Order: sequence, then C-alpha cells, then structure tokens
Amino acid sequence: MTNAVIIIGGGHNGLVCASYLAKAGRKVTLLEANTQLGGACITREFAPGFTVSAGAHLNYLLDDEIRKELGLDGHGLSMAAEKIGTIALNPAGEHLYFDGDGVGGEGLNARDLKGMKEYQRFMSKFAAVIGKLHNRTPPRVGTSDRGDLFALAKLALEIRLLGRDDMREFLRIAAINIYDVLQENFDNELLKGALALEAVLGTKLAPRSNNSVFAALHRMSGNNGGGAGALSIPKGGMGAISDALAAAARKAGADIRTQSPVKRILMDFDKVSGVELESGEQLLADVVVSNADPKTTFLDLLGARNIEAGLAHRIKHLRSKGNTAKLHLALSGLPNFEGLETAQLGQRLLIAPSQEYVDHAFNHCKYGEFSARPVFEITIPSIHDSSLAPAGQHVLSAVVQYAPRDLNNGWGNGKAAFTEVVMDTLSHYAPDIRQKVVATELLTPEDIEKEFHINGGHWHHAELAMDQFFMLRPVPYTGQYHTPVNGLYLCGAGSHPGGGVMGSAGRNAARAIIGK
Amino acid sequence: MSASNYQGPDLKARDHFKHHVYPSPFHARQKEANKLKVWSRWADYLSVPAYFDASLEYFAGRNSCAVFDLTPMIKHRVTGPDALPYLNRLVTRDVAKLKPGRVGYAVWCNEGGQVIDDGTIFHLPGGQGGNYRVCSQERQLDWFLTCADGFDVSIVDETHEVAGLALQGPTSCAVLKQMGLAGVEEITPFGLRNFDFQGTTLGVSRTGYTGDLGYELWIAPSHAEALWDALFEAGKHRGITALGSEALDMLRVEAGFILAGVDFLPAQEAVRPTHTRSPFELGLEWLVDFNKPIFNGRRALLAEKEKGSRYRLVKLDISGNKVAHDSYVYTKDKKYAGTITSSMWSPSAKASIALATLDMPHGAPGEELLVEIYYKRELKWSRVMAPCKVVENVFWDPPRKKQTPPADF
Repeated sequence: MTNAVIIIGGGHNGLVCASYLAKAGRKVTLLEANTQLGGACITREFAPGFTVSAGAHLNYLLDDEIRKELGLDGHGLSMAAEKIGTIALNPAGEHLYFDGDGVGGEGLNARDLKGMKEYQRFMSKFAAVIGKLHNRTPPRVGTSDRGDLFALAKLALEIRLLGRDDMREFLRIAAINIYDVLQENFDNELLKGALALEAVLGTKLAPRSNNSVFAALHRMSGNNGGGAGALSIPKGGMGAISDALAAAARKAGADIRTQSPVKRILMDFDKVSGVELESGEQLLADVVVSNADPKTTFLDLLGARNIEAGLAHRIKHLRSKGNTAKLHLALSGLPNFEGLETAQLGQRLLIAPSQEYVDHAFNHCKYGEFSARPVFEITIPSIHDSSLAPAGQHVLSAVVQYAPRDLNNGWGNGKAAFTEVVMDTLSHYAPDIRQKVVATELLTPEDIEKEFHINGGHWHHAELAMDQFFMLRPVPYTGQYHTPVNGLYLCGAGSHPGGGVMGSAGRNAARAIIGK
Repeated sequence: MSASNYQGPDLKARDHFKHHVYPSPFHARQKEANKLKVWSRWADYLSVPAYFDASLEYFAGRNSCAVFDLTPMIKHRVTGPDALPYLNRLVTRDVAKLKPGRVGYAVWCNEGGQVIDDGTIFHLPGGQGGNYRVCSQERQLDWFLTCADGFDVSIVDETHEVAGLALQGPTSCAVLKQMGLAGVEEITPFGLRNFDFQGTTLGVSRTGYTGDLGYELWIAPSHAEALWDALFEAGKHRGITALGSEALDMLRVEAGFILAGVDFLPAQEAVRPTHTRSPFELGLEWLVDFNKPIFNGRRALLAEKEKGSRYRLVKLDISGNKVAHDSYVYTKDKKYAGTITSSMWSPSAKASIALATLDMPHGAPGEELLVEIYYKRELKWSRVMAPCKVVENVFWDPPRKKQTPPADF
C-alpha cells in the first residue's frame, strides 16, 4: 500500500480533507477542475470591478474546531461582520428585526414574543443534538458491530438526555413540517414567513413538507463559535474561507492542482487505482477521495456498470435536483428599502411575508415552473467589505427560490423571464433598485451545476432530509465515507453531515481514511 | 399440419389482467391427454398437475420418455452490445465462458449476496455476440431493468413468444431422431442447436430438470401443436407420455435440483433477512466466480466466504419408508438442526429422500441426524424419529445423462 491519496475536487470539504490527510503524512494530490479553488464557496468577479460570493454567501456553519485546528485565521481568514442580524421585510415597511436574542417590531403580540423565546429555546436545544452528530462517522446500517451499536446507543442517550418533555417534543416534531410548528407557536404572519423561509432555504421543501423542521434544525446546528445559527461574512467574501483552507492544505504539504478536471476513476480489478484526467494524464493512488457529488462520483466518474446494481439504483434515485437560484447585482449605490435605514442594509434581509407566500412560491416548482413570487435571502456584503465593489458602489447577493433545475422548456428561455420576476419582486421592497443596477447575474440551478460541477445544481449535493441524513447519507452503505468500492471515499456535501460551508464531511472523511 | 389458430396473450392490448390465466399453446393437445381433467396455474398459464397418474408419468420419465409443457417458465431475451458485460454483472458465474450454442445454470443475487432467483442462460446460436435468453421461475423484468443502468442492452420478456416443451427420459434422443432432427445426438449436455421444423426454427437444448438424458424444445407458439403432434407420432413406439408437474417434482428432487419458493425463498419476496439464502447456503459455490471484478453480491459473498455461512442445503437419505414432509431435522441428541424443504419416496433410489436446510455447522457429508416424521396410517397419526444421513451425491445420476451420442433406447 502506498501513501498516495488523490482528492477529486477542491471545494471546501476537499480542501479540509486534504489538510488533515497531509498533516497525517499522506501524500495528497488534489485535483480541481476550475481555475479557482473552493467549489461553491468562492468569491469571484461577476461584472468589471464587482466581486461576490458566487455560491454560499453567508457563513453560519463553518466548524470552529476546524477553523482552529487548521489555523485558518493565521492563513488570512477574518470576518468582515459577525453576528449579523436579520430583517424580515414587509412591503409596507413594518419589518421584523431578529438578533441573537429574539425578535422585535410592530405587529407582534404577547404570544409571538413568548413563543419566540420558547421556539428559540427548544430549536437550539434540538439543533445541538444534530450538531453533535456532525463530527462523527455514522454507524453502518443493519450491523451488529459493537462500534456501530454504541454510536446508535449514544444518539439515543443524547435524545433521552433532552429530558422527558423535550425528548417527546423532539421526537414529535423532528420529522414533521415547520408550518404546523409555527402555527402552534405564533400568530404574526411575517414572523412565521421568515422562520419558514429559514427552514426551506436551499431545499426542495415547502413549509408544509415533512422534513422542514429537520432542515431548520440542520441550519441551526453549526458549531461556528457564534452560537446556533449565527451569521457572519468573511472579509473578502466566502472565497476567503477557501483561500485560507487552500493555504493550510498547501502548508501541510498537499499538492493542489487547478484546471485539472478528472475524466474517470481508474479501477484495478476490484480496487480503485487512481484517476484519469481529461488531458489523458493518469495519476495512480490506492485511495481516491471524491469531493464531487454522489451522482457525479458513481455514475459519471466510476460508471454504473462498475458498481453493484443496488448501489447504482439508489444513487440514481438520490434526490439531488436544486431549486435555488443565486442573484448577483452590481449597484451604483445603495438601494432604498421601504422603512429601512442605510445602516440596516448590512443585515440579512428576508422576503417571505407569510407562510402561505412561501408555500405558494413552492407550488410552482412542483410542476417545473419558477415561483411567480419568489422568496429571497438578501445580503449586501459590500457594506461590510468595501473591497468587493468600486468606491461608493455595492454588490447585492441573494438566494432566490424556487427555481427548479428542470424548468419546463428549459432555462435557455426561462432565465430572462425569471430575472424579470425577481427584479419585479425586489422592487416591491426597494422601489429604486432597478435604477441602481449596473450589472445583473442570475445563476439558475443549471448554471450552478455547470460552474461548480454539481449534478443537479443542489447546494447540499443531495436533498437534506432524514431519509438522506446521517447513516443514510447519501445512500445506505456509503454513509461512512468509504464506499462499497475498495479504496474510494466520499468527502463532499453529499456525505454526512451535508452541505453548507461546514467542513465536517471533509474532516470526517480524512479521519475515516487515517483510521484505516 | 399447419400453423394453429392459437391465440396467446396479446400483451400489447394491455388487457391481460382480464384474462387471469391463459391456455398454453399446447392446450388443445393437453386437454385431450388430461384424463383427470384437473388444471393448476403456473404463472400466466394453465398447467397440468397430472394427466392420468403421476407415478406412471414419473416412470415414463425414467424408463421411456415424457413430455412436459414449460411454456409458463419466465423467459427474457437479452441483446445488445453490452449483453455480455450486463449478464456478467447480473449473475455470479462468468458468462464469458458460455459460448454461443451453450446453456449455463446461474443464480443472481442482490447486493447482500442473497439469491433473487436461479435459472438458465441460453447463449443463442447464430446470434452475433450478445444474444441470450434467460429462463427463470420468477418474474424478473423489474430487477433486470434495474440492473441495466449504464449498459447498452435491450431486455424483453419473451415468455409469451416462445413455447417450450421438455422431452425427458432415456428414449428422448431416439424420438427426436425419429422425428427427423438429423444430428440431434451430437448435442452435448448443455448444448443448444437450431433445427428447421416445418418452415420455422426449432431450438433444441440438451437440458432439463430431471437429471436424466433429455432435451428442451423451443418454438414459436404458432407451431406448438404441430410440434406436440410430431413428437407423439415419432415417440409412439418409444413410450412417449405427457408428464404433469407432480411427476416432474419427483424427478427433480431425485436429481437434487432446487426450486425457488420451495427450497429457498427468492430474496425479493423475503420480509425477514434471515429467511433468504446465499449461493453458498444453497450448495452453489461452484457458480460463484470471484475472478470477476464486479457482480451483484460479490462484496457480501466475499465477506461470507471469510466469515462463514449461516445455512447449508443438503440431501438426506432417510431410513424407513415414511416421507418426511416439512419435517424438523434434529441432531442425535435431539437439538434442532434444520428443516426439510422437499421430500419424497424415491422409486428409483428405493429410499425416503429429502432436501433440507440445516443450520451451520451441520450438514457435512456423512453426518447422522434424526428426522421427525408425522404420518397417518388408517386415519391414525403416528410419529417416528427416523435416523438419516447427509449424502453427497444426488439420488439419480445415470451415465446416459452425459453420454454423447446417447445410446439408442
């Protein structure tokens, strides 16, 4: 057995994995198809002089332990803004304001205020249960192995330790929908709309979909040092995280090659033996780690015929179609949002005026249409970081839903129409925004798929739901980072604990490889 | 003789569910021969349990020759450039070794290494590479299509397009010669050759389910009755007899052949994971070729090989003359050892015989065990703990089975 490890893909998880493996003495070669490292965690120019976090645009999950262990701050990572608040927008200007402690604003009644306290209490408590799983290798399905049984027992114990009432509540709501939970706790429509949006961001879920509570908990489950779900924006955009990770990996001794797309994974009888690049060059290694999504890894790079039919079937049916678009606007100046001071524009702005609104937005995507009135998560990072735009000018970055990967009649025709819908919706909240726009970029899931090489263009690589989580992620028997193919490992968002810029999948994978 | 008016299932009309069960292409002839007028159902077709006397039909199979309608057997045609790699990923044995004009017995597993079904793969003669027929007991289209992802292959259920007859027994070769199939005696066991029969192709394979000299005949349903008539005409002085499924079951148990749904539970029908069986547990390790880098179940079977199996399928020679239907098998100190799945009084071996599944480590050849048999004599139930022995060889294995050319009986 040689010491060589090849990592396919230089997304943040691939870079984390490279660092830990190199630190453990492995000879790591990381191959990235794009010119820039970071996958969907990058900062890049989208209009002359304007740069933006092109994929993920907020940091809320990056694991604090990874940040410390890899010395990311020493490699140039710093935050331009931390503990950013959230404002749920109301077209009439009666907004709601969230900070770490609670919510304020007009139109909230006593039940809303009391409910918010209780909601935050139990949701962060439950999110912590899920958060504890992030840095663990899930047990295997259906084994009697002691380690696996112990891991399951530990999870059961942690749920039990919530206490009798909270355990019952956790078990009751974990798999149900956020709509019902919010109805149980609140009256204010805007408040419920905003909290519903938190649950469904980045997913193919509506507030009434089961698993939406789980998705909300996952979002709040990060160990990023700022408290559950706390938001920050790195200086230089999200790409700064990837830059720091790349610097750490290089320092640890990893050989990182960009513009090196992998064509296929090579097999020697029943073991992987390396990879072949698009250039025809072959690189050999006993261990190949894929940061690519599961479908790309198994069906494209390896080929369905080289794995057993059961696995191929499950991978084929993995739910991995993205429904989220990304909007980038270059602005000549700050837009005026109804009822907001300029100073407040640095916060995260949500457009989700009610649960019904979010639910209606979702309805379209079920039938291959984009939302007639989409939901938004908006940031204007240039307020915190002037390096992103020319002096006095700004960039706006927004996650926009729902935009199904497989749009009826294709995105070739649909993109301009959806951009118009998006701008029209925005102008209900910021009437002068069209006048400020210098340049527009809208990334549809199809664009995301192409730019970041994610089959389906889903930012989690695979839908985040209980049946695709923990030991079932991405599919059963691949949940321990090693796959049923000897020598092939997964380290991407398609593996536990999923997407969001967390890094845990990369570290867990490295541990699984080193532990072998 | 000309093509018949047989109307088989027309699946294109998609109204097959209204018919429930179809007459076989041989039905008109079976009806004349079926003196007992009892019918059973096998898959989509009417089938005959016994035509006049199961014992006598059995003896025809051993002493002259007998004709069994196997049209209801599920048949799939696998073609295309990737037919061979497809089948090699599907089944546990190496299909590359199966040359055109040859037939091979095979099992296919899920990824847990548990047997989904067994069957025979016909590498059809004349086809350019990739032209295979897979015959099996259970319907497989869903699984076969599931396995087709990533392969350039076409899979068609041709159960209704191919009529099949088994002609089994010592005089079978002579009957086919008499029928005019020149050179049929040159077909070696598991060989397959096409003949011209009244203007259509008649496929003849030297295969069967009786452990004796015998052939299986494959023809378009339109020519099924003509084939039946020609066979019975050619065999009238060689004791040709129609054979029902009861007699066939006797023949196959003597030959040690297992039956899906009887001796093992197809993995996709099992609810409880311990109720499935691996090829090793069915005594079919000779069908598992780990020299192939990939096939369904390989990983699990490698692990099983290392760790050991849970069960062993064995043949039992039981003392006395009582038939051990569904009996428990015990060790000599009366501890549970397993159960019997098929059993009979073997007229040829003159013994009570059985196929049984035993918990490991039981079942080594020569091991002596007890079988708990309940039997009724003049309406009175009795029980006997009959000593039995695990035997290695099948109960019926005449030299003529393998002899080429077969002797003229």
